[in-house]
Amino acid sequence: MTVTGPTPGFIEMTSVTPPTGRGALAKREARLAWGLLLPTILSVSLVVILPLLAIFWISFKPVGLADLRPPAPVLRESLRGRDGAYQLDYRIRNSSQDKPLGDVRFVDTLPDGLSIAGPLPEACALDDQTLTCAFGDVEGGWRDRFQIDVTLQGDPDALEDAAEGSKPDASAISDSILTNSEFSLENFARIFDGDEFWFVLWVTLFYTVFGTVGALVFGLFAAMLLNKSFKGQGILRGLYLFPYVAPVIAVAFTWITLFDPFSGSANALLIQMGVTQEAINFFGQRPLALIMVTIFEIWRYFPLSFLFILARMQSIDTDMYEAADMDGASPFQKFWYLSMPQLLGILSVLFLLRFIWTFNKFDDIFLLTGGNAGTRTLTVNVYEQAFAISNIGAGAAVAVVIFACLILFSVFFFKYVSREEGL
Amino acid sequence: MSYLRYGYVTGPVLGALWLVILSTIIAVAMSFATGDPFRPAILWSLVWGAIIGFGISQRIGDLPGAVMGAVALAGLVLLGMGPMIIGESASVWSRSLAALALGGIFIWSMEAILSGMPKAALSRHEFEEAVIRFLTGFGYIFFTAIVLIPFYVMVMTSLKSQQALLQNPLDFSLDWDKGWGLFRSYSELFADFGFGGYLWTSFYVSVLTVLITLLFSVPGAYAVARLKFRGRAAFSRSILLIYMVPMIVLALPIYIAFSMTGLRNSILGLVMIYPVTTIPVALYMLQGYFRGLPGEVEEAGLMDGLSRLAVIWKITLPLSLPALASVSLYVFMIAWNEFLLAFMLLDDPSKFTLTRGVAMLNSSEIPRQHLMAGAVIATLPIMVLFLGLEKFMTKGLTAGSVKG
Repeated sequence: MTVTGPTPGFIEMTSVTPPTGRGALAKREARLAWGLLLPTILSVSLVVILPLLAIFWISFKPVGLADLRPPAPVLRESLRGRDGAYQLDYRIRNSSQDKPLGDVRFVDTLPDGLSIAGPLPEACALDDQTLTCAFGDVEGGWRDRFQIDVTLQGDPDALEDAAEGSKPDASAISDSILTNSEFSLENFARIFDGDEFWFVLWVTLFYTVFGTVGALVFGLFAAMLLNKSFKGQGILRGLYLFPYVAPVIAVAFTWITLFDPFSGSANALLIQMGVTQEAINFFGQRPLALIMVTIFEIWRYFPLSFLFILARMQSIDTDMYEAADMDGASPFQKFWYLSMPQLLGILSVLFLLRFIWTFNKFDDIFLLTGGNAGTRTLTVNVYEQAFAISNIGAGAAVAVVIFACLILFSVFFFKYVSREEGL
Repeated sequence: MSYLRYGYVTGPVLGALWLVILSTIIAVAMSFATGDPFRPAILWSLVWGAIIGFGISQRIGDLPGAVMGAVALAGLVLLGMGPMIIGESASVWSRSLAALALGGIFIWSMEAILSGMPKAALSRHEFEEAVIRFLTGFGYIFFTAIVLIPFYVMVMTSLKSQQALLQNPLDFSLDWDKGWGLFRSYSELFADFGFGGYLWTSFYVSVLTVLITLLFSVPGAYAVARLKFRGRAAFSRSILLIYMVPMIVLALPIYIAFSMTGLRNSILGLVMIYPVTTIPVALYMLQGYFRGLPGEVEEAGLMDGLSRLAVIWKITLPLSLPALASVSLYVFMIAWNEFLLAFMLLDDPSKFTLTRGVAMLNSSEIPRQHLMAGAVIATLPIMVLFLGLEKFMTKGLTAGSVKG
């Protein structure tokens, strides 16, 4: 057979394109994938996405800590007897002093053997053994009390237990600030008001920038120390990770104990060495407290940078250094011109990630100073507003500000970091 | 810098600086060990360090010279003209120990720093080598000190009594006569403060967190690593985004929701929240590992008629045991050390986790040594785990601890 050109059959074959639609197999695989991911997606959206949306919602609402418990009717029932005559005693009130309740009512089932003898109050009606009382709309601080005469057939003590044991069912319509359609910008106005916000922002930036850079520099130094094999290298490497592995609460309280102005060893040491005449209140005075919490942050997170940088250093090809040795490069030159360019990638990734994480850090400062003495960062401010001042709305507003900053950071993150694979 | 590059200049300069560092660190160590006043004399340190550094750089006296130098330095310390000044109250033993240690260590380490350095003009290479040896020595001392001192203070404070601490905050020497009485604050924590219960709560909450996390993240990680579906790239990116949401921002709405549903103040609430904070990390770590596994083994399994889930269970998981160990340890550490949520959500002392229990001890009515004993109890298990399984732990840390 002579080959003069493509046979018709061949042409037909090349014109067959791969299927553009998705085959049944691919669809099945995708379905399986989503099925496997479903639990994660559900739980994460429940605990991360939903709360984030809630934060936005709350930040526009004037809501305080006390509003978390919506107003409700509170009812007490008791059976009292005097000289053989018995009365059912009802006391009902609005749990809130200032918020109204709508359609307040209660339903109580009377036990057998107890029958109503006296006249019923206007609000109440009796149907068989079921007592229903309706009070309509009431104001904040409203309370009411009335007695109904009853006669007993049987053991009074047992009936008293039965009457008081069957809890009346009280209900009302209350307006929760969390769900109504009242919105305001008050929270944002409050947190942006005055110099305080800018001070908080400045503290956050100081803490974040110096904490991140410090941890990187110390981590780099520690990694250089351990980037050679010698006896005890493993022990030292484990030891240098201690600050990071230990629970933050343990090390934070240790630092407080160590730097205590009255019984702290650090002060005693400094006084003994003649560095200072009187005790220094490390965590209690401006601006030292901010410097101290930043040092704590560096101390606690240098192990992390150290670990990453060491891993990168150990993967650098040694041939390069041998070549440099032949060319007569000095140790500092080798570090600066050979190691540094290789480490730049991991350093920039670490910088970005640590920057974001230091920005987000809450526990450390909260435990060390509680945000006092000029150490209140944005995250501590969330807690401060929401729980110390009991203004949940303002706390949520600060959280929204944090979130806005984070979105800004993550744009950077995806632009620069996601190129660095393998982290 | 070229004027520094002569043996008779580099030697004294490094010697002076090195003696300042050594006398400071030995004074601090001796103060912490004995409680007696030891302090470095910076000026004397500079003078004697320079003189000895010059001697060593010029190889004066060799070994006998070195021994004489060490003895002379120790003698100077005891005479009160040395690089370290020792207060009157120190015992003869601790004085001579400190003096000899300083003399011996200084001469020995200085010899090491200046070894192989010519007496006169230095090449850039020789000069930098000496400086790097100096910096390395300083680095080891510096990092070991900053890491060890807080933990030393933590352990020792927990063994002291309040009066002893107030009397001399530097005195960490132990009163061995007390015997088991040294551990009084520990036994009080367990007997009166219910720390046994907290330890158990922390333990099972952490274990449950690990189990639930694995249960959720293994299938998810497998899907992201192996299966093709639309939105895979976007998904694996958004996992990383969840890393970046600060806990305090989530804690606020969770607090509100739990207050309204009655889940606050319950262990169940914690066990519901903890895994979700760790699932993204675990998923991210595991999918990286799964990707590195050879796909052929799994395909062979599929060919033999196993379903995907059976492949995961029978092939992928046994192959990734080391990664599972790393992830479990890392998640265990996060759950064990977690403080913020436990602090916000638990009020009832009978339900505290260990970290919450330690936070409770931070009050002016409870003596410091109890707080430190609590800190030790919280730290010890995680440290034992860490040291025992360091290889897995370090791997877990590098793979996942982009998260703070």
